[in-house]
Amino acid sequence: MNDFQHTQRELKHFKRRLLVAIFAILVFFCLLFANLFYLQVTRHGHYTTLAEGNRISLVPVLPNRGNIVDRNGVVLARNYSAFTLEITPAQTHDLEETIDRLAEIVTIESKDRRRFHRLLQESRNFESIPIRTKLSDEEVARFVARRYLFAGVDIKARLFRQYPEGALAAHAIGYISRINEKDEAWIRQSKEEENYKGTEYIGKIGVEQHYEFELHGVSGYEQLEVNAHGQAVRVLDRTTPMPGNNLRLTLDSGLQKVAEDAFAGRRGSLVALDPRNGAILALVSSPTFDPNLFVDGIRFDDWDELNNNPDKPMLNRAIHSAYPPGSTFKPLMAMASLVQGKRRPEQAISDPGYFNFGNHRFMDDKVGGHGSVDMTRSIVVSCNTYYYQLAADMGIDNIARFMGQLGLGQHTAIDISGESKGILPSQEWKKRHFSKPEQQKWYAGETISIGIGQGYNSYTPLQMAHAYANLLNYGRVFRPHLVDSIVNPTTGRIRKIEPQPAREIPLDPKHVNFIKSAMAGVNKEGTGARAFAGAPYESGGKTGTAQVYSLRGQRYIAGRVQERLRDHAWFVAFAPVEEPQIVVAVLVENSGFGSQFAAPIARRVFDYYLLGTQDNTPIKAGKKTEDDDSEGETDDP
Amino acid sequence: MILSVKYWLTRIRAHLDLPLLIIVLILMTAGMATIYSATYAGDASRLSNQAVSMILALMVMLAVAQVAPQHLMRFAVPLYLFALALLICVAFFGVVVNGSRRWLSLGVIRIQPSEIMKIAMPLMLAWYFHKREALINAKTFTVAALILLIPIAFILKQPDLGTSILVGAAGFFVIFFAGLPWKAMLGLAVSAVAAFPFLWDGLHDYQRRRILTLFDPTSDPLNAGYHIIQSTIAIGSGGTFGKGWLNGTQAHLKFIPEKHTDFIFAVFAEEWGLVGSAFLIFLFICLAGRGLMIAAAAPSLFSRLLAASIAMVLFTYAFVNMGMVSGILPVVGVPLPFISYGGTALVTLMLGVGILMSVHTHRVLVKK
Repeated sequence: MNDFQHTQRELKHFKRRLLVAIFAILVFFCLLFANLFYLQVTRHGHYTTLAEGNRISLVPVLPNRGNIVDRNGVVLARNYSAFTLEITPAQTHDLEETIDRLAEIVTIESKDRRRFHRLLQESRNFESIPIRTKLSDEEVARFVARRYLFAGVDIKARLFRQYPEGALAAHAIGYISRINEKDEAWIRQSKEEENYKGTEYIGKIGVEQHYEFELHGVSGYEQLEVNAHGQAVRVLDRTTPMPGNNLRLTLDSGLQKVAEDAFAGRRGSLVALDPRNGAILALVSSPTFDPNLFVDGIRFDDWDELNNNPDKPMLNRAIHSAYPPGSTFKPLMAMASLVQGKRRPEQAISDPGYFNFGNHRFMDDKVGGHGSVDMTRSIVVSCNTYYYQLAADMGIDNIARFMGQLGLGQHTAIDISGESKGILPSQEWKKRHFSKPEQQKWYAGETISIGIGQGYNSYTPLQMAHAYANLLNYGRVFRPHLVDSIVNPTTGRIRKIEPQPAREIPLDPKHVNFIKSAMAGVNKEGTGARAFAGAPYESGGKTGTAQVYSLRGQRYIAGRVQERLRDHAWFVAFAPVEEPQIVVAVLVENSGFGSQFAAPIARRVFDYYLLGTQDNTPIKAGKKTEDDDSEGETDDP
Repeated sequence: MILSVKYWLTRIRAHLDLPLLIIVLILMTAGMATIYSATYAGDASRLSNQAVSMILALMVMLAVAQVAPQHLMRFAVPLYLFALALLICVAFFGVVVNGSRRWLSLGVIRIQPSEIMKIAMPLMLAWYFHKREALINAKTFTVAALILLIPIAFILKQPDLGTSILVGAAGFFVIFFAGLPWKAMLGLAVSAVAAFPFLWDGLHDYQRRRILTLFDPTSDPLNAGYHIIQSTIAIGSGGTFGKGWLNGTQAHLKFIPEKHTDFIFAVFAEEWGLVGSAFLIFLFICLAGRGLMIAAAAPSLFSRLLAASIAMVLFTYAFVNMGMVSGILPVVGVPLPFISYGGTALVTLMLGVGILMSVHTHRVLVKK
């Protein structure tokens, strides 16, 4: 084999290998092309979605929460803008170290750190999280001068809720606070998740809670283009948020203040209604609290103080606490007897000072009795014997039927939550309430003390005010409400709450007028006379005492009983008698009898509401008079 | 005469291969456009740096094209030994950058000896087979394998998987074209598979992770898998016609890592779509095809082997890069030839193109 032949053979070999190589190139590039075709044509839609998801971030823009004003336009809840110091964790290398350095410039307390870490766990990495809220101007200036030292830290303006009147009407207005799991469930249930994506705060109690979805407004959205580091590059699209509706309350903040001041820290509550339309003019639960404490996350000490205070400032006594109505029940009993034809006004009894039923003797407060007592006198002197007899004559179910019609023992449907039903005793109630058969039976003897507002009877101050309002309004029942109207801030459109009566109770105006004049007698010559002495308007009222502690056969002497076991004082009143514009139910816990503290509070409320006058001196407890009622019910054999 | 401009112009023209030049110029233009798109928002110096590198690389190409293959042959042994010596130096005195010992510091400049090996390896092997022409037997192939494996061992040790593959490919193609029997290749393939577990142990953690994430990028979406996930999103969202030049969102919002270097194909495919990618593939087929045509017509064994190897390396470069960016090959550090930013790679590549031109334009002279 010569060189030439060898070269020729070798060349042939080489060219065959070149063909293999070209073939390989084509195969490999076809493979590559097939993969690109798969990615760019077959799966194009999928990858476009992923790329858009990478690029676009939807950020909710929060609407301004609606303001709350009283009936005269006094602002009770509003928003104000404050500076917060915020950290974006994704842009910060060492969070702890950054916070430590920030603490050298602005005050950062341990509660700020705790809140930051809580928020950090709940948030996505590229959201900015506040480390300090409500910076002072000086702190803002100090940080701004050193901003370049802090990557991922910035100052932002955020809106905060503010209650300018502080603790005033806190139970009615309520407060907002951070959304918790329970609130989230509520939002889901109300199908508002979309709207609440960026929302951090929600109404917790009072009007703030009940009208949450009116106050919140509609969130807007910003479509942001973001880069791989989560930084916004530009705004692609924006829907502006719609601010929440404003609420105009039925409350009169001046009246509310007079009423709260009159309590002077005593435990108790007051509900003032306009009987003509169910508008709540004042709703006091004393002691109260400052809702501003909750807005920015309550401090542990404050929460501890509110929770462990034996006076329970967070408890809304006006709507949640039910008490036996005592003698304030008597005018309603009288009305029931008129409606059901069991008594005529002029029918009189002779009161020996006690009422025997079976082998029980029920005592009147006045030893020896009141003598001859007709219906008017039974109310003015608060005669127990009259009502023992009346209750026995009527029977428990007739009493329950009428009191139920007036609204006792059931929700009044007030527009805030936390209302309790109280107890309207009846045979059926007892059957439901007790489990043992011997307890389920109603004993006729139990009806007797019901007649004077004791026994199982138990109603909230709101229910009492509501029942009297229904009576005074000749049976036209308006649901009690705190919000007068909802105002759309953009269009100015006003929606009235409760413009029409919810139902009507068939009542004879003659009967109503009779009860009114009998109650006017109480304030003229009965237990309300001292508190209303010299009033330039005519008012009606009724004192009452709710027993906390049953004294087995002993006379009640306030000084001998522990403060918290003393009786609660009631006073129910309305004015002017001719055409009532206001009805109040006052309850002062453990303060003995009604004329002592409760009636003077009502007087101040009426003076302010009807005359515009104020008396700021502390209420002095008067001495117990002959006419003061104390429904000592004793178990004489 | 020698100093006249006309003489040099004629000479340059005589040693130019127009098809190669046109393909390379189109590729480099596409590269400049894509680098501009990938970096215009940030560092403007990238574009001018690349332009300077391009001019330098074109000059290198023209210069090398003037050198006849038989003169090139003289460089084969010294260049190989020089590169090997530098690789040994790197192993002892190299500078560590990003966890790899690849660079040798020479005061002001730093050089990467493995880059020299990319050219030195095919030169050396082509020279060796040329010297052994007509005497090629099993022993020849064994020696050739040693010439190939010793430097690769050093490069793997740095560690630099991408360059090892390219140097290995360059050497393997020479051996392949020199006529390595199919049976031997089959044997090698079998033993490679058998040796795989041992090789696996020799790999660095990050190399293993890259290979593993190839099979399931979502297993590690924030670290090793992130590159592949984001580049496939870029390519896939480009669609048939692409989002248009400068409109790639994945690129401009920084979702694509290494967007102007190794992952530049993702930027290109996002903005130019399947049509653009197909055109790019077509250009690379033309480039490798032209190189193989030149090899087919080459007069000597040395020039044949050298040209064929260079052509196949260009193909390998392109395929490995596009394959890794589109998710069918593991992520190894291989740039896209003529497109990716980076002066060294560009100069090396153009040196290869220059050799192809030299081989092509000197064959008549040799015949004479």
